[in-house]
Amino acid sequence: MEGVTAATAAGGRRERVSRLTRLGENEKLLAAALLAPGVIILALFIAYPFVMALWFSLTSIRVGDAGEFVGLANFAKALDDTIFQMAFKNTVFYTFWATIFKLALGMWLALILNRHFRFKRIIRASMLLPFIIPTVLSAFAWRWMFDPTFSVMNWVLFHAGIITDRLPFLSSGDWAMWCAVLVNTWRGMPFFAITLLAGLQTISPDLHEAAALDGANAWHRFWHVTWPLLLPVTLVVVVFSVIQTFSDFQLIYVLTGGGPANSTHLIATYAYQIGVGSGLLGEGAALSLFMFPVLFAVVWFQLRYLKRMEAA
Amino acid sequence: MLIERKWKKWVFFYLPMAAFIVFTLFPFYWMAVTAFRPDAELYRTWRQPNATPLWTLEPTLEHVKGLLQTTAFPVWLWNTMLIAIVSTIISLICGMFAGYALARLRFRGSQFLGTAIFITYLVPQTLLFIPLADIIRDLQLGNTPWALMLTYPTFLIPFCTWLLMGYFKTIPRELEECARIDGATRFGAMVRIIFPVAVPGILSAGIFAFTLSWNEFIYALVFMASAEQKTVPVGVVSELIRGDIFFWGQLMAGALLGSVPVALVYSFFVEYYVTGLTGSVKG
Repeated sequence: MEGVTAATAAGGRRERVSRLTRLGENEKLLAAALLAPGVIILALFIAYPFVMALWFSLTSIRVGDAGEFVGLANFAKALDDTIFQMAFKNTVFYTFWATIFKLALGMWLALILNRHFRFKRIIRASMLLPFIIPTVLSAFAWRWMFDPTFSVMNWVLFHAGIITDRLPFLSSGDWAMWCAVLVNTWRGMPFFAITLLAGLQTISPDLHEAAALDGANAWHRFWHVTWPLLLPVTLVVVVFSVIQTFSDFQLIYVLTGGGPANSTHLIATYAYQIGVGSGLLGEGAALSLFMFPVLFAVVWFQLRYLKRMEAA
Repeated sequence: MLIERKWKKWVFFYLPMAAFIVFTLFPFYWMAVTAFRPDAELYRTWRQPNATPLWTLEPTLEHVKGLLQTTAFPVWLWNTMLIAIVSTIISLICGMFAGYALARLRFRGSQFLGTAIFITYLVPQTLLFIPLADIIRDLQLGNTPWALMLTYPTFLIPFCTWLLMGYFKTIPRELEECARIDGATRFGAMVRIIFPVAVPGILSAGIFAFTLSWNEFIYALVFMASAEQKTVPVGVVSELIRGDIFFWGQLMAGALLGSVPVALVYSFFVEYYVTGLTGSVKG
């Protein structure tokens, strides 16, 4: 008896295995099964919260109170809020200047690293460190370097005879925004440099030599040979950088916390202060949604550009 | 070869290179000096004549000891490591499967899905943290490591999928077809033939995902409430500043020790990391 049941069980198992195998041969079913885990996580933790953010932004929800539908009141309130206006301006300023500096310095660094020199590998590897080290931790080092009383930068500038009184690195709003641009540039420049370097390495040196034989100087060789060939990579890197800089949070949170007197908030840090700090979830969600049109435009540009590249 | 004069090489190569090195690495040097500097020397203002900010004469371990003994820093380090490893593994598995499906299988909507996954890659965490905190609470995951282990993959999966999809496309189809003729199932051929060949790509995606998880801040800040659940970045920000007082020695020791694991992983796999980084933007 026992032997018989064991045999049927084995037979059943074999049948189930073969049915699974057959299902596995069906491309559509296999594709669905393989895509399911990733798609479920992305749907649950990106698509669903995004829809919720839209809903939140239209209600007066706060911590411990479901609130009610208020239409566009949260958005209208944000547009009238002088701190938010400042935060929006700061975000544009921060993104614009930091991206310009990262591109210019990153390109320069990439051109330098593309040459042959001793210790190339270790220097190239160490250049990426600012990008690897958690932003919060390195931003603390910068905050300490900007410290009003103990600043090493003031010490260096003072002893070099450049200044006679200390510079108000983080204690004045204008200065603090430029400091944030500086730190963001420091952190993001290696990303530009290494990605552009990868692009540079695909450009044949023959092109440069041919241009040099035709009498082009270094600047012309860069402008007429390197830059056009590098443009596709450059655009993609800029898009990524703009998205990350525009939605940045950690750097300002650590460096200034939005101060002094709310003058250095970015959209994300102000949304955090309202949504989490004050518990006004609806208003906070509306504030962070102000990032969306800009991000959407950038992504749209990127997708169109990719399509054109594929078509070409 | 283009020939260059000596002074030109100095002006256009050595000097800028030196400036870049100082600019890039000085903050880390400063972190390290501060971490080992005694308090008496630390709080000397920049105008005092005996201030020696650029080096220290009496290095001390008091800040490191204080950090390891009086704060939960070792626990944060462990949390961060665990969360980074688990979310990297989850993302790699999802990314390998999805990447394979998008690269090799023909089905309706594959183009659309590929684009949709790419778009989620570009959605920043700061757009979603408020409703996501609500969802995490509803799922009863708040203040547990799972809150981060499940949400970090949202920014890792799209990247892993795209990187691996590109990698799978470079593997010749014949390799798989041979295995299938020998009787392997489609799934079996993927696991036993394609994945082993793709190990360099998987390693690149994994290293890059690990450093991204180690760096994440806003989700950890919002979802984790109690001190012993925090990750290194959040713990350093919220627990090492008491009231308005910054304990700079301990802060810098924390920043230094919190950077070491990720820097070590990076230094062992620089080439893979660079491949991941440059691949991440190829799209």
